[in-house]
Amino acid sequence: MKKLIALLLFMTLVFPVAAMAEKPVLMMATTTSTDNTGLLDVLKPAFESDTGIDLRWTAVGTGKALAMGKNCDVDVLLVHAPASEKKFVEEGYGTDRTQLMYNDFVIVGPVADPAKVKGMSVSDALKTIAGSATPFCSRGDNSGTHKKELSLWKASGMPVPEKDAWYIQTGQGMLPTINMASEKNAYTMTDRGTFIKYAASHNGNPPMVVLVEGDGVLFNQYSAMAVNTKNCPQAKYDLAMKFIDWMAAPGTQKLIGDFKLMGKQLFTPNAGK
Amino acid sequence: MGFIFEGFSTALQLLLDGHPETWSAVAATVCVSSLSICVTVLLGAPLGFLLGYCRFPGRRAMRLCVDTLLSFPTVVIGLMVYGFISRSGPLGGFGLLFTLQGIALGQVLLGMPIVIAMVANAVENADDRLQMTLLTLGASGRQQLHATLWEVRYHLMLASVAAYGRIVSEVGISMMVGGNIKWHTRTITTAIALETGKGEFAMGVALGLVLLLIAFGVNIAVSGLKRRAAR
Repeated sequence: MKKLIALLLFMTLVFPVAAMAEKPVLMMATTTSTDNTGLLDVLKPAFESDTGIDLRWTAVGTGKALAMGKNCDVDVLLVHAPASEKKFVEEGYGTDRTQLMYNDFVIVGPVADPAKVKGMSVSDALKTIAGSATPFCSRGDNSGTHKKELSLWKASGMPVPEKDAWYIQTGQGMLPTINMASEKNAYTMTDRGTFIKYAASHNGNPPMVVLVEGDGVLFNQYSAMAVNTKNCPQAKYDLAMKFIDWMAAPGTQKLIGDFKLMGKQLFTPNAGK
Repeated sequence: MGFIFEGFSTALQLLLDGHPETWSAVAATVCVSSLSICVTVLLGAPLGFLLGYCRFPGRRAMRLCVDTLLSFPTVVIGLMVYGFISRSGPLGGFGLLFTLQGIALGQVLLGMPIVIAMVANAVENADDRLQMTLLTLGASGRQQLHATLWEVRYHLMLASVAAYGRIVSEVGISMMVGGNIKWHTRTITTAIALETGKGEFAMGVALGLVLLLIAFGVNIAVSGLKRRAAR
């Protein structure tokens, strides 16, 4: 029995160490949208064969990703909240912020469109929803998407709803939030990638549809940043820069543009533009 | 509702087709939960014995503390462990963040109160004459520990099974400390959280069934041990 326990202990201690390759490891914090859509699963093997670097990521909300960068737990960030990113760089936590690609946000709602917002501009749509007190689901989790939504309420000249009964703060990821909106017959704002994925899971005939899109304010920019070695001396800056340069290279940009889900392009590359 | 039944067939498919991502999560789960439960029992049993056997001032308060720690939320344990082993934390130099060993550290903290509380309780309720007999026979401290733990061996097993159940099913620590990194620290529970977040409910149910199968295997092994110990 003692031998068995000793053996188990030994194996569990040694196994993960033995499994670690000699390849250099680049640790990244990124947002759920890049992971959930499967984009990173396509990019990882290409990056590894081009540079020999083992890319590992943890997919969290932008708020948590930035906190991990601040605490020196990762080497590079791939996030989508430009205002917070700029602040992050100004405060000396990140460097070399490089824009890589974008997708756009859309406002989705039930097929019946109870508040009749189809085709409106973002600010008109939000005013109509608030005015008629039609349920609206918000992420409420300080993620990039949530921050974007808050900025849209402000840009529409309204106080950000908080305790209003029709304003539902889910505190969950994007897909659970869309599902909740669907159950509650509510509107919500989502990135297009996640919505395509949601529509795909309903065989292209979802109970929620895109109602507001194409407005310039719905632009969703993704950028990469290296963690600042002044703040984190152990951060692998050279590996992080290799990743950022590789992401911005024409070959990778094409790979991003060609990435499709249900025949639809999810991200538009725009490095250097 | 339909996804629940779909989950059953998906679970079988995952295991039989050798779905590499599932097996990687199974390996991570088995690895980390075995490590955690071994350390938990090895440290927890003697501590539980001390708490139940020895009489010292502040003992009741300490028991109360241990009982309260049974309700420790896993996400908070995850946050605390993260604070210590983050590269900017006091133990950052060991590079434990985003590793299975890091997760095990948190899970030991999770399982320890269960083992300590249950063993202490069993020792307290063990036959009073046991301690007297051991003392009159002139047993050393170490011998008392061994003899008493042997007397309460079934309770120790029950404590281990309960602790294992909590360890293998927790998601807060694994998510926060492990980071849910594919092929590395993705355990079954973090995979369930991920699949559910992606809206793949059937896959979530399927992975849950896989986890139950593992627990079933462990409990068969334990009941085998119990029968052997009874002889």
